[in-house]
Amino acid sequence: MPEHTPAKPADSVVTGAGILLDHVTKRYPGQARPAVDGLTMEIPAGKTVMLVGPSGCGKTTTLKMINRLIEPSEGRIVVDGDDVTQMNGDRLRRGIGYVIQAGGLFPHMTVATNIGIVPRMLGWTRERVAARVDELLELVSLDPEQYRDRYPKELSGGQQQRVGVARALAADPPVLLMDEPFGAVDPITRLRLQDELINIQDELQKTIVCVTHDFDEAVKLGDWIAIFDEGAQLVQYDTPERILGNPANEFVENFIGSGAGLKQLTLTRVADVGMEKAVLARPGEPAGDVLARIVAAGHGHAVVVDSRERPIQWLSRRKLDRLETIGSTPDPALPVVGSRATLSDALDTMLVSSAGAALVTGRRDVFKGVIDIKTVMDAIGRSQDAAALDSTDAPVGLNTGIFSTPATGDEGDDSAPADNPGPSGAAGDAPAAP
Amino acid sequence: MSRAPAPGRAAWRGLALQLAGIVAAGLGLAGWLATADLSKTELTTLAPAALWGYTVEHLQLTLVAAVIVLLIAVPLGVALTRTAMRRFTGPVLTAANIGQAAPAIGLVVLLAFWLGFGFWAATMGLVLYALLPVLRNTIVGLQQVDARLVEAGRGMGMSAAAVLLRVELPLAVPVMLAGIRTAMVLLVGTAALATFINGGGLGILITTGVNLKLTSVLVTGSLLVALLALLVDWLGRVVEQLARPKGL
Repeated sequence: MPEHTPAKPADSVVTGAGILLDHVTKRYPGQARPAVDGLTMEIPAGKTVMLVGPSGCGKTTTLKMINRLIEPSEGRIVVDGDDVTQMNGDRLRRGIGYVIQAGGLFPHMTVATNIGIVPRMLGWTRERVAARVDELLELVSLDPEQYRDRYPKELSGGQQQRVGVARALAADPPVLLMDEPFGAVDPITRLRLQDELINIQDELQKTIVCVTHDFDEAVKLGDWIAIFDEGAQLVQYDTPERILGNPANEFVENFIGSGAGLKQLTLTRVADVGMEKAVLARPGEPAGDVLARIVAAGHGHAVVVDSRERPIQWLSRRKLDRLETIGSTPDPALPVVGSRATLSDALDTMLVSSAGAALVTGRRDVFKGVIDIKTVMDAIGRSQDAAALDSTDAPVGLNTGIFSTPATGDEGDDSAPADNPGPSGAAGDAPAAP
Repeated sequence: MSRAPAPGRAAWRGLALQLAGIVAAGLGLAGWLATADLSKTELTTLAPAALWGYTVEHLQLTLVAAVIVLLIAVPLGVALTRTAMRRFTGPVLTAANIGQAAPAIGLVVLLAFWLGFGFWAATMGLVLYALLPVLRNTIVGLQQVDARLVEAGRGMGMSAAAVLLRVELPLAVPVMLAGIRTAMVLLVGTAALATFINGGGLGILITTGVNLKLTSVLVTGSLLVALLALLVDWLGRVVEQLARPKGL
């Protein structure tokens, strides 16, 4: 996917901080094998890194060691260039957003009180906290007037999860840790929350570390995916494209499951691929005129849009032939996809429609263009080509060995992603050996 | 949100009924005492001032014991739910269970031989007897707080003390108050035994009534203890209604 590597949009600024786990080990008393064994992992600033793996693989332990809810037995945690392994844990955690499953809202506090917890601990004035609460509720698409004084039990699961995200963002922390954030909501709500998180992240550019057991979620949300085996053995740490197109070994292949090709379709959004123009028509026009326009343009169909540019009908030459004037009744079976939808959604819509193509709409359902199956096929081909190339900017992720040694395949020889200034300093001053 | 007040209103209606019942029974007792044909001994024993004195003594026993119980059981319960102390929870609950399982009268009398007869021995017995419900409900109340909420609090940078005060205790309040109410009712009933070791209270009416075969005195004493227990129960329920955290 193109937006991983090249320059970011000009209007968004990275507010995240890089994180470095430096030879981090966690041993629990009475357990023979460490839960996390000598993990070295770089998390680039402003990126979303998904930690995935089977249950008990140590991914959650790894996450909780970043904010030291679990104290590492050995190794260092470096956030934004500062070694935080020795600092006061409570102070560290106030500077790191933390989202857990189902939001983890305090049931005896209102939405506003829940969101204001960290700002109040940081000594913000009452007015500043109140203003921030409203701002955050807007950010997570909840109307402040309606929701700020509600109690969590008066919210749906999805709304609770949104408030959970708002609460984690309250003091504008550079890093957001999420522990299976969308595990407790229904699939439809989960998709919507994922889309919203992507939008929020586009705007805020935090560093997000997110644990999930859902590989599809990792593919959808992650700039980078770290796949763990037991003992937090980092099996592969790469972009979703490359993990899907070029799995490191059988374990990763099994973990991806079937349909890697189809999953690649979830990586690209309709807006990112080319759309074709269409001949537009308005209700009330003589059908003959429209037919003439299609023939002149060499198209097979005309799109009828209403006064607000929303598509209402999609007429073939044959249908136009039979009509006198264009009608204004919307066709309920119209194959329409939003421009933020994934290619996977678009393909699904196309397969259902007889046309083998779908209409793309943008904001306020305004018609934008037509996408067809050939466009989708081209996109798959392109992403497979991209995956075959070696990624030169992958962050470091190792379990053993020495940080600067070029080893373990294609991921050990680069100490920092090219496009992120944050953690490169952190990576640079890492010791050569523990 | 519109559904929220309904259960609360039902609870308040129940409370109003309970209070009305207690007041009616109290008035009935007073009316009967005023009109009944009582002997001289009965009149002396049941004089309003004497009854008031016994009731005050009884309440003193109950309240002092309750305060001591709270001071011991709540901090102990909190301590026993902290990670470092959790392994002691079982043994301590067992010990507290013994306090409650032992017959109250035996406990009170044994303590009297140790501490001497009087108010404080009685209070000690009552404390041992009422410790368990408060301790157990404090522990259960804190244990039933969703561990993920504690983790969410710590994850946001709240200190362990802040999580305890602002998350765990408020959420444990309903269960803890139920335990405290149970203990108070137990205390009012058990305080009637204090009279055996010269500890005062309404129990004296019952023993006098039994010893001198004065049924009116016996009935008055028993009714007053019962009404007092119901009144304390009512007060406890009112506090529970008022102190329940909103949003639960």
